[in-house]
Amino acid sequence: MTSFSGNTLCLDRSDINTDEIIPARYLTEIEKTVMGPHLMEDLELEGFDPKQDLQGIGVLVTRENFGCGSSREHAPWALEANGIHVVIAESFARIFRQNMYNCGMLAIALDSRDIDRIFKAAEKTAVHVSVEVNASEIQVTADQKTWTISFAISEFDKALVKAGGWVEYADKNY
Amino acid sequence: MGKTIAEKIFETHLVDQPFGEVNVLRLDRVFCHEITTPTAIQDLVARGKDRVFDPDKIKAVIDHVTPAKDSKTALQGKILRDWAHRHKITDFFDIGRNGVCHAIFPEKGFVRPGFTIIMGDSHTCTHGAFGAFAAGVGTTDLEVGILKGVCAFQKPDTLKIEITGQLRPGVFAKDVILEVIRQISVNGATNQVIEFAGPVVDAMTMEGRMTLSNMAVEAGATSGICRPDSVTVEYLWPFIKDEYPDRQAALEDFSRFMPDADAVYADHTIIDVSDLPPLVTFGYKPDNVKPVSNMAGTRVDQVYIGSCTNGRIEDLRVAARVVAGKKIADSVRAIVSPATPDVFSRALEEGLIKIFMDAGFCVTNPTCGACLGMSNGVLASGEVAAATTNRNFNGRMGKGGMVHLMSPATAAATALTGTITNSHLFEQ
Ligand code: SF4
Repeated sequence: MTSFSGNTLCLDRSDINTDEIIPARYLTEIEKTVMGPHLMEDLELEGFDPKQDLQGIGVLVTRENFGCGSSREHAPWALEANGIHVVIAESFARIFRQNMYNCGMLAIALDSRDIDRIFKAAEKTAVHVSVEVNASEIQVTADQKTWTISFAISEFDKALVKAGGWVEYADKNY
Repeated sequence: MGKTIAEKIFETHLVDQPFGEVNVLRLDRVFCHEITTPTAIQDLVARGKDRVFDPDKIKAVIDHVTPAKDSKTALQGKILRDWAHRHKITDFFDIGRNGVCHAIFPEKGFVRPGFTIIMGDSHTCTHGAFGAFAAGVGTTDLEVGILKGVCAFQKPDTLKIEITGQLRPGVFAKDVILEVIRQISVNGATNQVIEFAGPVVDAMTMEGRMTLSNMAVEAGATSGICRPDSVTVEYLWPFIKDEYPDRQAALEDFSRFMPDADAVYADHTIIDVSDLPPLVTFGYKPDNVKPVSNMAGTRVDQVYIGSCTNGRIEDLRVAARVVAGKKIADSVRAIVSPATPDVFSRALEEGLIKIFMDAGFCVTNPTCGACLGMSNGVLASGEVAAATTNRNFNGRMGKGGMVHLMSPATAAATALTGTITNSHLFEQ
């Protein structure tokens, strides 16, 4: 896939870890989709209710070092099972970021001003985001206003997203 | 221009640099356990690619939940077991021979300086203690590693952390790494490799270095590497004695992976540990760290001594020294989990198991167990644990539970009083 879009959920905290994204007690599951209902069920954040707030969301927006902790790819799978294919943050933990691209999903780092603007808009109204991978552009729509943010993505990560993930890419190339 | 250890390893393992952006490396080892590997196996099967690149370079263990606690964990073990047999992976460690992955694989001699290693487990950085580049990866990277024997990494920017001074009695590698994480933060080494150096690291045993490297990922690091030296050679000697005429020859060979004197580092931090007291975490992030004395008196419900951080024989020896001849507090439950069968039998021979049992500890078989809150000592909501593990995330050892990370000496002393306490090994 080369374009993604959806309504956003803003999580105003840094260092959200993989145990908060998907707790270890679900690591006994071997089907990826089973993770779905448990996404962020242990995340304690004022005003956040995972049961309600994840409904109809396609994009997550958050602060620094998202996905720190364990290597579990169950974290991206739990997002994917909920239709969330894009996470936008100020920064990511390495393994989480790699896992997202390896699954053909997007982990986009933006600077804090761009993130602040999305957070501000989300305080008042629903925010919709669409991402064009080829153009490296994000369109943010809130309250009938639309603005564009360009983001950095390496050619390699683009190739992974286009190939549908690292297994396909690696099997073809190595 | 000089090179760091990681740069030298990358150079000798480079397969491809797609778009000039990332480094696809040839892997010397792919380690597997039963939590993250079954999904990779199933995906490979579903894609019609149920193959392995080299059964001799793949090592597998059932360690996280063992013996199985229910049908689901039994199935995870079965998928790994069947796969190992199907592909003739002879180094597969099943019940009775299994132990915590990052303790048993080094103990079996599977790691060498200069190796590239991946595993679907974030604490794979532990093996960096041997001068290897070892990194935790997700299931997809693991899958490609199994299939093709390669993995892609960014350029290894290296953060040099030099530990100077001299550790006081009762202060250990665990306290050092907690201090490192406190100083550089949970995000301080993200996308970087840490290279540990300095006289304190040089003086550490391989066990101590493994404790140090183990928690590099808690600062975000891709790998935490110690320089290979005569301590490394001595540890590995039983496994390499046929490959080299003598220890000196092995040391010379390993020195290929020593950093150059003019190596270029992204950053260089010097930490003098001469005044360092024993440390403990508070809160839910590994960089929330305080001296034990500042937390003294905090009540705990459970003490856990084990894991890939501090479940080795040296750790058990220290803990046993603290509890010998004493009893744990009535208010506390204490669990010790030797990390491998070898650690267990040595502890048995040395009388440590008896000391723990007489003190009122529960001794479990080697497993990750309570470390990640999946079995063997899960906390109830609202309970507090003192643990020698590596991660204090909210709910890590059980939903609603709190974890304080500390050294085995501090954990043992805490078991005796039921509250966070400095051990008698540390003199104020
Ligand atoms: S002991 Fe704990 S940290 Fe180490 S591999 Fe097992 S679960 Fe992970």
